[in-house]
Amino acid sequence: MANESRSNSPGSLLFDRPEHSADSPLSVHAMTVAYQRKPVLWDVDFDAPAGSMIAIIGPNGAGKSTFIKACLGLVKRASGIVEFWGSPYRDARLRVGYVPQREAVDWDFPVTVMDVVCMGRYGRAGWLRPISRADRQTASECIDRVGLAGFESRQISQLSGGQQQRVFLARALAQEADLYFMDEPFAGVDAATERAIVRLLHDLRARGTTVICVHHDLQTVETYFDHVVLMNMRIVASGTVSAAFTPENLRRTYGGRLTLLAEASEAVARAERGT
Amino acid sequence: MISGPDNSGTWAAIIDAATFRAGHNTTLVLVGATLLGIAAGLVGVFVMLRRRSLISDAVGHATLPGIATAFIIGNAIGMDGRSMAVLLPGAAIGAATGLLAIQWIVRATRLTEDAAIGAVLSVWFGVGVVLLSVIQTMEAGNQGGLKTFIFGQTAAMSATDARLMGAVAFTSIALVALLFRRLRVVAFDEAYARSLGLRVDLIDAALMALVVIVCAVGLQAVGLLLIVALLIIPAAAARFWTDRLMPLAALSAAAGGVSAFVGSVISASFARVPAGPAIVLVAGAIFLLGMLLAPSRGLVAGIIRQLSVRTRIQADHAMLHLATVGPMPIETALPPGLSGLLARAMLQRRGLVRCDERMVALTDAGLAAARLADRRRRLWRLYLIRHADIAASHVDLTADAVEHVVDPAILARLEAEIAAEDALDPPTQWPGRDP
Repeated sequence: MANESRSNSPGSLLFDRPEHSADSPLSVHAMTVAYQRKPVLWDVDFDAPAGSMIAIIGPNGAGKSTFIKACLGLVKRASGIVEFWGSPYRDARLRVGYVPQREAVDWDFPVTVMDVVCMGRYGRAGWLRPISRADRQTASECIDRVGLAGFESRQISQLSGGQQQRVFLARALAQEADLYFMDEPFAGVDAATERAIVRLLHDLRARGTTVICVHHDLQTVETYFDHVVLMNMRIVASGTVSAAFTPENLRRTYGGRLTLLAEASEAVARAERGT
Repeated sequence: MISGPDNSGTWAAIIDAATFRAGHNTTLVLVGATLLGIAAGLVGVFVMLRRRSLISDAVGHATLPGIATAFIIGNAIGMDGRSMAVLLPGAAIGAATGLLAIQWIVRATRLTEDAAIGAVLSVWFGVGVVLLSVIQTMEAGNQGGLKTFIFGQTAAMSATDARLMGAVAFTSIALVALLFRRLRVVAFDEAYARSLGLRVDLIDAALMALVVIVCAVGLQAVGLLLIVALLIIPAAAARFWTDRLMPLAALSAAAGGVSAFVGSVISASFARVPAGPAIVLVAGAIFLLGMLLAPSRGLVAGIIRQLSVRTRIQADHAMLHLATVGPMPIETALPPGLSGLLARAMLQRRGLVRCDERMVALTDAGLAAARLADRRRRLWRLYLIRHADIAASHVDLTADAVEHVVDPAILARLEAEIAAEDALDPPTQWPGRDP
């Protein structure tokens, strides 16, 4: 079912609480984010269905990354409530993993693949206790799961872009979280890495994990994900891919950006032919 | 004065100081300065990785007005203005005001951080120099001590100062060890660190506090003009030698310690040599050594690497050229220049070409090598075309055997493709060395 954005209906009150927030891994209510005076995200309501693969799509500057960062408290919210299984982020932190954009860090930093993946264990190990053998074991299993076995002691600058992305994924896996936020994991990766990530997503879904991905490639939304959020400073539509990923919703999200719109209709047409 | 003026500057004085025989006081000062150098090297690693080198320079300069003010107030209320107990809080307050000013300018105006840092650094230092001259006019007897703070004078330090320096150095080393994991994750990936619930602002504040402590305590030994160099240079020098954080921290600490020790020995042995410049020059020499000679990140290694790639490519081209055209003048096969000369020397040493005064020709071994080079070249080219998605990060033009770099299954497919091409359109027979 496609939910129209809550604030579209005239009767909605700003502070009526969503009903099943305790079951939902992520429930966002009336969240607004503003840099300076200009709003970036405006009055967003969203409930993530547990165990689903969710794509966030929208044009550049639509606030997709900001949405993730605001949920995690990395950028300041002007207003709104964000709850994880009915609790604030502070209390749910161990169950939530974050994969930032690859460009966000300096890949010449003096650490190895193993060092980076072990960062995923810091939340559980605490900040003083040494990383235990069990933690290292988990980390090396995660390195294996993303197909980087044998690269453990490689310095991260010696990796290709796709391999760097997989290191980030392995670090997130090492957290053993129940909900993952991924900021464009498919951006600029090679075909082998893309396949590895998709395999991983399906693997996570099989374990009942929820994944929320900022995604750019409209062509693959339908094959990689089962839910989609169409965002353009506000949530234009959200729901299952079959219900919400419609030409009409895409037009409303991407507006007058014709080239993108053409791409989108083409993708939808292909999807419809396929089903 | 520690060393007597009678033997100042002689080898005997230097050896005495370096072997801790120049008296109890000098020994204490040397140990204190060395510990401080180690602490500065260690803190400096994280300052560099967190990209705070420039801001710590500003913090170092911003301590001067705080110190001068503390000195004036301390003397006015009847304490010894030169004691650390008075100067340390002054330095901290001066640094904190400078830091806050920078943050406020960045937030309130459209200026970028480097402009704010530049402005605050010079204004705070200017205020400090003005205050120093005020001190000079009002206090005739005491001002000499403060002047050494700008350039540092190991010889002017008391045993108490040295003990405090050692203690503070130990404390900051312990603090870095305690925060090691947090500093690493914050410096590498700030957003991720915050998603783990780390208070990045507090960790940054702790790092800046360490910078202020090192600066304030190191003032007498190194002087505030150059104390920041002791934070930055050892870390930058160590970075040339390693790609791992633990060895980096250890090397940087060692470089800081050695610089401080050697510089202090020089300053203690020569009555007129200030400690700061001596220490910084030693650190600079260590930096230069790493920059030139480090095995993989050093300049010399880089030049050698580049030259060997170019030589290799030139030699391959020359062999292919000779194989298809036959003997030719040397300057046609191998264009003049360093890599051409090196390529010729390499080909001759391996017995692949024969040269007389003017002409060069392939030997039998050379013809076989040319065939191998041609196969390698065609494989790489095809690989780049067929596997553009994964290829770029795997291509290594200097790799002798494609097999070592490219997946065997892919290689087999490429070989088959080349064989099919050859069957359709047989390659022209190479004349090789026989015209």
